[in-house]
Amino acid sequence: MTAVVPFPASSVDAVARSRVRRSSRRRLVVTVLAVLVVVTFAVTLMVGRTFYPPGDVLRVVLGEQVPGASFTVGRLRLPRAVLAVVAGLCFGLAGVTFQTMLRNPLASPDVIGISSGASAAAVFGIVVLSLDGTAVSALAVAAALGVALVVYTLAFTDGVAGTRLILIGIGVGAMLNSVVYYVLSRAGAWDYQEALRWLTGSLNGATWTAVVPALVALLVLAPVLLGQARNLSALQLGDDTAAALGVRVERTRLVAIVAAVGLIAFATSACGPIAFVAFLSGPIAARIVGPTGSLLVPAALVGALLVGVADLVGQFALGTRFPVGVVTGVLGAPYLIYLIVRTNRAGGSL
Amino acid sequence: MTALHPIPAPDAAVARRPGSVRLLWLLVVVAVLVLLMAASVAIGSRGVGWSDVLAALGGSSDTIEEAAVTKRIPRTVLAVLVGAALGLSGAVMQGVTRNPLADPGVLGINMGASLAVVAGLAWFGLFSATSKIWTAIAGAALAAVFVYAVGSLGRGGPTPLKLALAGAATSAALTSFITAIALPRGDIAADVQSWQVGGVGGATSGTITPVLPFLVAGLVISLLSARSLNSLALGDELAAGLGERVALARGVAAFGSVLLCGAATAVAGPIWFVGLVVPHLCRLLVGVDHRWMLPFSALTGACLLTASDVLGRIAARPSELDVGIITALVGAPFFIAIVRRQKLREL
Repeated sequence: MTAVVPFPASSVDAVARSRVRRSSRRRLVVTVLAVLVVVTFAVTLMVGRTFYPPGDVLRVVLGEQVPGASFTVGRLRLPRAVLAVVAGLCFGLAGVTFQTMLRNPLASPDVIGISSGASAAAVFGIVVLSLDGTAVSALAVAAALGVALVVYTLAFTDGVAGTRLILIGIGVGAMLNSVVYYVLSRAGAWDYQEALRWLTGSLNGATWTAVVPALVALLVLAPVLLGQARNLSALQLGDDTAAALGVRVERTRLVAIVAAVGLIAFATSACGPIAFVAFLSGPIAARIVGPTGSLLVPAALVGALLVGVADLVGQFALGTRFPVGVVTGVLGAPYLIYLIVRTNRAGGSL
Repeated sequence: MTALHPIPAPDAAVARRPGSVRLLWLLVVVAVLVLLMAASVAIGSRGVGWSDVLAALGGSSDTIEEAAVTKRIPRTVLAVLVGAALGLSGAVMQGVTRNPLADPGVLGINMGASLAVVAGLAWFGLFSATSKIWTAIAGAALAAVFVYAVGSLGRGGPTPLKLALAGAATSAALTSFITAIALPRGDIAADVQSWQVGGVGGATSGTITPVLPFLVAGLVISLLSARSLNSLALGDELAAGLGERVALARGVAAFGSVLLCGAATAVAGPIWFVGLVVPHLCRLLVGVDHRWMLPFSALTGACLLTASDVLGRIAARPSELDVGIITALVGAPFFIAIVRRQKLREL
């Protein structure tokens, strides 16, 4: 919408003005998104079987003892709410990194099987090797990196063709999902809720032991990715142009892949691959921010907001308690089809 | 555009196998199928001897071993039927769409059938076997039309990659809806989840009888469309020039294929990749003539699914693994290999 503002080709002023306008709009959007994430976080802490007023919640968060609220809010709701924000930020950031880097909205880690890899490794670690906490996350990171490498290598036949990469990723993902089924059914205690957690993602039963590794990963890896924001934007122009602009293409790509896969894997080993959050965040952020600058921060915030709102909806709005991944799946899948319809109509790169 | 290209017939030797070679392969495939069926009744959590198997096949179920075999017979029959249906359905689908990636699973048609069945169970109380089959076929048909429409938008019509992508996206969407419908319904959730992975485990003669007419109808329609599929393989313009009514031929063959995979999905759940792998193998064995390829696909599909079922019982002793998991593990690498091939334009 903002891109079609007509300006005379000669007028440098007009370009400058529209740039200022777009970047102030971007600041506004980021601020609004951040406020919404905080509000959702607060609502998640307050609402539940018993309602606690903001005052009580604040006192619990600050470490005071409040009868009743200390347990419900501090032990049950706080880890869940923190995990929702952390996982959302991780998925949003990693998703948009992949989409920017591969220049294709379909190439998000949850569509091309990387999340499934992390998930399969996490299930394997927990069920077969009886690991927990950081060890599970480490295994998930290794597996997700392995899957990323395999998908990329398999798709590489004189240049990575976009659609081929995506279809190979989908095939790998299908295989890994059946590994999840296999491991869970071998474990004997087959439980549909547990299976769903590792196939579509769920925040149920979030504990601090699960949250902390993801939080640490976010604090370490997010700055790394944000530091590459300008280089990633340059990569969107194509490798040659980016190199001409002074970007070290291979290094940027390697750093971005490792950091993004790390985020996905840590978040996935905490709450499963929450369906389509990585895939949806980038395009939504692009739609509301408009074509200015890097999408990393807005997309991360959109991810956190999506997970938070979807979890609230899944818990309270529908009569039954749905895992968050089912809600985001139902939202995200039609968008996936819409995107394909639009690409095909435009006679895209397929 | 498509008709301007020469048909990528692999090479003359493959396209025109001498009859004796085909006959030899036919015997081999039939022998393998018989062996696999024997293995399927003999192998399980309880080991049985051949004398028990023979006695049980004769109708006796006096000892525990014989009773175990008696329970394995319907399961074996179902695996053969479902495998044949999926293999044939995939072969016809690949012929109709001229797409090497066509498969009831990859194109999301299985999932259409599944969603229809789950919705029928949850909202309309369609519990009887026959109504389940009808809803599955209706759902499969809707999904097939939808995916084909989405995949043929834009330049170049329904290219293999576009169709496969549309199918995968539709599958993902339908899977989400299935979960969302089934999850709150504790009463049907157990049904749905055991069936969603794809299995032939709980088969009795009662599950097989209702689906049989549908499978036979689909089989007959599919096999009868072999000649028109041969014409369609030459491209639409040439087929029309040879006197084929292209739209009608395509519609009839697609109907047969949807009938087969809808009915198979209704009894065994969505099973991926059987319909993808089997026709490719058969083209290697007997060439591209559909009059040979289609029956071979049915036989090979039966072999593949029976083998997967037996493997699932061996791999997870003393419990067992649903065939859907095995076929996904075996089929996905195959899918990737086909996607990787350079000339992925058309069959």
